Amino acid sequence: MQFEGIGQIVLYAIALLVLAYPLGQYMAWVYTREKDDVIERGFFRAFGRGSGDEQNWKSYATTVLIFSLIFFGLLYALLRLQGHLVLNPDHLPGVTWPVSLNTAVSFVTNTNWQYYGGESTMSYLSQMAGLAVQNFVSAAVGMAVLAAVVRAISRRSSGTIGNFWRDLYRSLVYIMLPLSVIVGIILIWQGVPETFNGHTTALTLQGAHQSIARGPVASQIAIKQLGTNGGGYYNSNSAVPLENPTGLSNFVELLAILLIPAAQVFMFGRMVKARRHAWMIYTAMFALFAIGVGTALAAEQHGSQALRQSGVSLAASSSQSGGNMADKEVRFGIANTALWATATTDASNGSVNGGHDALTGAGGAVPITNMFTGEVIFGGVGTGLIGMFFYIVIAVFVAGLMVGRTPEWLGKKIQAREIKLAALGALFVPTMVLVMTAVAIGTKAGQASIFNSGVHGFSETLYTYDSQSNNNGSAFAGYGATSFSTSFGAVAMAFGRFVPMLAGLALAGSLAQKKTVPASAGTFRTDGPTFVVLLVGVVLFTAGLMILPALSLGPIAEGLMHL
Amino acid sequence: MTRTILRSVLAIVACTAVFGLAYPALMVALASGAFPSQAHGSLLYHDGHVVGSKLAAQGFTGPQYFHERPSATTPAYNPAATTFANYGPTSPDLAKAARQQAEAILKLEAPYNPGLTISGIPVDAVTTSGSGVDPDISPAYAHLQARRVAAVRHLPLATVQKLISQNTTGRSLGVLGEPGVNVLELNLALDTLGDK
Repeated sequence: MQFEGIGQIVLYAIALLVLAYPLGQYMAWVYTREKDDVIERGFFRAFGRGSGDEQNWKSYATTVLIFSLIFFGLLYALLRLQGHLVLNPDHLPGVTWPVSLNTAVSFVTNTNWQYYGGESTMSYLSQMAGLAVQNFVSAAVGMAVLAAVVRAISRRSSGTIGNFWRDLYRSLVYIMLPLSVIVGIILIWQGVPETFNGHTTALTLQGAHQSIARGPVASQIAIKQLGTNGGGYYNSNSAVPLENPTGLSNFVELLAILLIPAAQVFMFGRMVKARRHAWMIYTAMFALFAIGVGTALAAEQHGSQALRQSGVSLAASSSQSGGNMADKEVRFGIANTALWATATTDASNGSVNGGHDALTGAGGAVPITNMFTGEVIFGGVGTGLIGMFFYIVIAVFVAGLMVGRTPEWLGKKIQAREIKLAALGALFVPTMVLVMTAVAIGTKAGQASIFNSGVHGFSETLYTYDSQSNNNGSAFAGYGATSFSTSFGAVAMAFGRFVPMLAGLALAGSLAQKKTVPASAGTFRTDGPTFVVLLVGVVLFTAGLMILPALSLGPIAEGLMHL
Repeated sequence: MTRTILRSVLAIVACTAVFGLAYPALMVALASGAFPSQAHGSLLYHDGHVVGSKLAAQGFTGPQYFHERPSATTPAYNPAATTFANYGPTSPDLAKAARQQAEAILKLEAPYNPGLTISGIPVDAVTTSGSGVDPDISPAYAHLQARRVAAVRHLPLATVQKLISQNTTGRSLGVLGEPGVNVLELNLALDTLGDK
């Protein structure tokens, strides 16, 4: 049984690589194609003169911010007013202001933190025209920004980095939409509902009435997974059988989490003509992924203290998966839930196929640490690789210090400005997580949200601000919605999204202007195994050491506890 | 600035039309054409009415039926308000809930399974599922209940065990996921057996 579980994880890693490589080549083509298609030309005509021109990084960033702000306003209004609008067969009322605020920020920032249960809060209009649209658009914004950053790195002595509208359009129409249709059809085939009919009532075999929530689920789940969004249709997300019915649907949803982020590494390699370097980045990411999934699998299979103490059978066999089955589903078992918990926090996805609050100490430390790195282990669509660029700049800087010469990355000299931007990008969010956790744990208003008492209550708080600041969206779901936690969380999500994104664009602007210098004997090589070791080390020693004290107060302490 | 705002509004209108309306409408049309049963929630029928969904537990309690895993939803087994229990790994509440559930199972099953002790109960039987409506139980838990169901229904044990294996969903494509026994389908098969 252990063997079958590990086998599924290995199969997953192979399938990911096989699919991500060609997709990355295709995406490089999409973003570098010179000619606009018919619809693109139509848009630029409608948008007016100059709308399709190349932008410098400041103009690109301003466009991203204005676009996101307006989308936020409209989404907030839609949620508040849904009770008066169409496509509301279950007559749900407007969403309260704290939850609307948190939700609107949450979806615009690609976080999809959910302080609500979808099936009992959101009308079909809100799910489709509000949340599902944001799933596409917020993901595409991240992809567009990455395309611009990569383009900037590939340029020499250039003042511009691309055009936001073109990158946005191509991300949506050439990448997101076709992939969503493919994934959606597989999910429907496996049993995810896709209908405009409302709840249906069943008369059960024992004569009770049971209301079954349906709706246009599959179309939303496809993009929720692909766009590293993670906001479920149902409250329990992909643990719900109607959202994730089979082992195959689970495999496809899992692949969709990391597919685009993994492909973007190869896209980068092709666009900057540094394929070996891209392979090394992929290897470093994969190593961090493997450490996480291995730890989570071992911890969850071992089981939690509470369950071990109860005396029931936790041993894996051919007729049960055993282990810590609390808040997990039988059809996924331990291996698939441990794999999901790792993948969803390596990326900024945040969907879950089991309850994270019930994870063991070590099992819960994995997602917390993954998120805390800034989600650079494949990472969120777009934002993940940008985060890794910060670490790469720091890594070549460290290497430069060791050999005593100006660091270079892909032939570009890394100087004070780049180091500062990379440090800002890499360190701002982790610092914010620790500060916000401290505030939330030290105030009455913050403590009111805690569900489990004792050490685990601290872990819940840490997880909450870690997840929201890093735009993940998964939760130790016992942590409750108060007006404090919803608005504090909204601040975390907004800063966590836009500070690193702006730092990334500024870094891109700076790199685009540079000339490239030919590599010499003294240049630190970024296309060999030494670089992989250095990069993994930098991630672990930067983010890992920052989170370690907090981990010891929460999950580590809990892992050592006896009942 | 003003131009960027106008362009943003225009882009949002276009995105909403394509991704908010056209895309789900297309998927609904494809679904009802290609997979109508799945698209409407994998409903199961008996005597001409809907008795539930293959993908939602419904909380069997009668001794003649197989029982599902515990549920944390309100009320229990509510597919319209799914939820985790959210008890942490060292939670005294979790330890207590698991123990109580195990004792209840012992009381129910021990008369039909002489010698059954708490260590013979598989962990999925005493833990809430992720959704609260997990339609499956582990084969181990199904076989634990088989003797009771056979005795109450006056059926040979072999017949019940055969139905269990018929209603066990193996791994998808032989490798993905874990085997589970779909409780509603199994109970429906038992009731249908009685109709004949």
